[in-house]
Amino acid sequence: MSYLEYAVKSTPSGFRKFLYMNWPLTLLLISTASAGFLMLYSVAGGSWTPWAEPQMERFGLGLTAMFIIALVPIWFWRNMSVLAYLGSVALLVFVELFGTIGMGAQRWIDLGFMRLQPSEVMKVALVMVLAAYYDWLPSHKTSRPLWVFIPVALIILPTLLVLKQPDLGTSILLLAAGGGLMFLAGVHWAYFAAVIAAVVGLIAAVFNSRGTEWQLLKDYQFRRIDTFLDPSTDPLGAGYHITQSKIALGSGGWNGRGFMQGTQSRLNFLPEKHTDFIFTTLAEEFGFVGGITLLILYALILLFCMVTALATKDRFSSLVTLGIALNFFLFFAVNMSMVMGMAPVVGVPLPMVSYGGSAMLVLMTAFGIVQSAHIHRPR
Amino acid sequence: MKQRKPKSQGLAYKRLPRRALLLGGLQAVFVGGLAARMRFMQVDQADEYRLLAEENRINIRLIPPTRGRIYDRNGQIIGQNSPSYRIVVVREDAGDVDKVIAKLSELIPLNDDEIERAQTEMRRSAPFLPVTLADQVTWEDISKVAVNAPALPGVTPEVGLTRQYPRYEDFAHIVGYVGPVSDYDLSKLEDPEPVLRIPRFQIGKVGLEAKQENSLRGRAGAKRVEVNATGRVMRELDRQEGQPGADLQLAIDAELQQYAQARLAGESAAAIVIDCETGDLRAVSSTPSFDPNLFVRGISVADYRALTQDKYRPLANKSVQGTYPPGSTFKMVTALAALEAGVIGPGNTVYCPGHLKVGSRRFHCWKRGGHGTVDLNLSLKRSCDVYYYDVALRVGIDKISEMSRKLGLGVKHDIPMSAVASGLAPNQEWKQRTHGQDWLVGDTANASIGQGFMLASPLQLAVMTARIATGRSVTPRLVRSIDGVEQPSGAGEPLDINPYNLEQVRKAMFSVSNDRRGTAYRSRIIEDEFRMAGKTGTSQVRNITKAERAAGVIRNEDLPWERRDHALFVSFAPYDNPKYAVAVVVEHGGGGSKAAAPVARDIMLQALYDGTPPLEAYPVADRERIKEQQKRLEGDRRPKARPDGKDRA
Repeated sequence: MSYLEYAVKSTPSGFRKFLYMNWPLTLLLISTASAGFLMLYSVAGGSWTPWAEPQMERFGLGLTAMFIIALVPIWFWRNMSVLAYLGSVALLVFVELFGTIGMGAQRWIDLGFMRLQPSEVMKVALVMVLAAYYDWLPSHKTSRPLWVFIPVALIILPTLLVLKQPDLGTSILLLAAGGGLMFLAGVHWAYFAAVIAAVVGLIAAVFNSRGTEWQLLKDYQFRRIDTFLDPSTDPLGAGYHITQSKIALGSGGWNGRGFMQGTQSRLNFLPEKHTDFIFTTLAEEFGFVGGITLLILYALILLFCMVTALATKDRFSSLVTLGIALNFFLFFAVNMSMVMGMAPVVGVPLPMVSYGGSAMLVLMTAFGIVQSAHIHRPR
Repeated sequence: MKQRKPKSQGLAYKRLPRRALLLGGLQAVFVGGLAARMRFMQVDQADEYRLLAEENRINIRLIPPTRGRIYDRNGQIIGQNSPSYRIVVVREDAGDVDKVIAKLSELIPLNDDEIERAQTEMRRSAPFLPVTLADQVTWEDISKVAVNAPALPGVTPEVGLTRQYPRYEDFAHIVGYVGPVSDYDLSKLEDPEPVLRIPRFQIGKVGLEAKQENSLRGRAGAKRVEVNATGRVMRELDRQEGQPGADLQLAIDAELQQYAQARLAGESAAAIVIDCETGDLRAVSSTPSFDPNLFVRGISVADYRALTQDKYRPLANKSVQGTYPPGSTFKMVTALAALEAGVIGPGNTVYCPGHLKVGSRRFHCWKRGGHGTVDLNLSLKRSCDVYYYDVALRVGIDKISEMSRKLGLGVKHDIPMSAVASGLAPNQEWKQRTHGQDWLVGDTANASIGQGFMLASPLQLAVMTARIATGRSVTPRLVRSIDGVEQPSGAGEPLDINPYNLEQVRKAMFSVSNDRRGTAYRSRIIEDEFRMAGKTGTSQVRNITKAERAAGVIRNEDLPWERRDHALFVSFAPYDNPKYAVAVVVEHGGGGSKAAAPVARDIMLQALYDGTPPLEAYPVADRERIKEQQKRLEGDRRPKARPDGKDRA
């Protein structure tokens, strides 16, 4: 009867739960998604098809899911954590065996009405299982090596499965989110310092070995790394996209070129303009004002999550909320850095805005859990 | 229901808000960094990027594939691509288009029609797409435009390839011509290839060019180019080559084709030379013809009207799409049907009193007095009609129709030319189906001598002759190889006809042109190696009324041209080892023996000798005349200088 552990009387019940929802957060989500519909309408050349309409339908579905999840007490979700994690691992193994090949990688399960990407589901499930783990773990054991090893294994397993798809971007995001959660849970900083030092050392060793007798990688692998780090060495491939993206963004100026007036997106210079590069179109058509507005909306979402997390006395609630916020941050930070030419091109969509069913639904589900934590916080 | 213990004790628990704030702070810093970067790009550097977006447009342009060339069987060029210069204008870069066009027309002559067409095209297409203002421009005019480029924004000279037919009229009906893709062409296609959207991209419109479009066109390549603010291409970034179209080699012999065209000149006529061994079409000639190059560059209204109003119909390809009553050239079919059915033997005779009463109607022989007692050989040699009325009534139309099809009449031959006619070999069922009437015995009598409903094209007559000559189902082959790949031969399987019967018919055909009393004796070949067998035909295009008959048959020469008889002749040679079959139809030419047989003989000799034949091959009496004719035709066949000066390319 673990879900009765809280002071049940103090939590709202029935329809009163609606009143206790984090409404500012809900409104922020609706605003960002609306910005997405507008941009999808624009990149389709002023048409609701083929992108804006399905995206609205999915957002409606996601919103409904969020409300339902929010109404269910948070402790139920905590108890579901392990199951969610195991289910996600099973899905990842399933795509590895039977998934649909898309863009050279096995990523999807075709559900008919949408394509499910298990790696997206895993992002939330990993946060949940780690939060539940640290909720269960007595405080004094947090930094003991054995109890550190378990969460590390929980992170590494899905990371390797995703890496094998191959989807380098998502696996790095999983590592970052998992590591971030361990940091939040209070694992001793020395572990992080050691890992960072090791990674830096390894990278340095690999690069310094180049051209020497004990070279650690093959020449062509080095060349790939070069292109990855500096797209301008491959001006017709990845570099072409980044150049066009930067031109589009920069040419937007202060006010932008006006809704549906962006030449770069109109003339098809932009790659993937409805998915990963949608921010470019927004920045081209609405300028700095439009771009900064979206950034502020995102920052506010993070802020409201942070407030929810710090206001609750329940450890699982705050950890899961912070973890989801961290994931959300990683999403848009990586995407925006990429289109602004600050990071290599990795396939990470802009949350709530890019066209795509899996990411949208998973994010809304995750925010449902945040809402549930907010409603059912101990009072 | 016990209250959960507050878990605020322990080090890790105290760390949470601290670390959350630390992480949140890091996130805030990063968001700030993103905002700063955005500001830097969109505010500080905005002008530079705006310039890049305006000026540094990277376009993907299709590279039109080079169209496959067309050769004759000896490698002579029939259709090629030659460089042509054109002037294009980009609306977006020109600013005031009308002003630019006005300036341009001061420099070089511009056609009003073309300007109007370009203006409509510009209104419809995207502003950054180039529109052709003048095609096939001379080099001098191109230089003028290039020199004055600064005063003509958006105007660029371009070099491209255009189709050119160095044989002019000779191959117009076979090869057809290309022309710019029209909206109508596009509307016929489900999913047109992007290359077809290139303004003024040339595709085959008629003839071989249209029928073999898929082989000839090739696949488009693409290049990425950087263009500057005025639309000029600054540099090419990369390109992916397309695939040129496949070259075609025809079975036609260009020299023979040219001879046939020259020999038929002045008449509305058609001639076919088919190789009996392979089915190769050595010549497919139709006169008068037209210059296909006129259509490639866009024919003027006046020229087009002249072509359509000519009563000799130069645009019609009489050799494969014209159908004519085969007349007496059909008699071999009737004879073979009767022999195969066993209703007569080669030696059986029929008495010809000059007419035969069929039902209540009297069917006349062309010879009023009749031929007397006639057997198979005599019936073909003298072309007796009554013999055929008689045997046809005995064998019935359905057997005759079946034999026609066996010999290639009334069936559509599959060659890549436009509007290949299927002709007509009627039977009882056909008349019931199309006319809703019963077949009458009179219809059989008419059909037996290739009149009435019977219709055949010169191509079909040539195929029929080749099949009789070889006893195999020879099928015509126009294209010898595509991209070096040999096409299947048309030699065909042995026909299901008794070889003895075929031999009897061939013998009779030999008599036609080698026996002193044969209808084509005057057009014989006297070289023993190349003896020719043939059959004349004269098909009526009108009914002879009773009144006319009473007044005596009017001589053809006295009739207006349109009402004269068609002259036909089919032949094969050498008789004992057939190499070529020739069919000639001279529209309204009068008698077959007079108008068609000499032409067929001349063309046959030209083919057999693979060039100008020696005079010794001709009967002695004709040699002087033939010598004159050879001299005249040599003159005609010399490469023609184009007087109209339109040969800019």
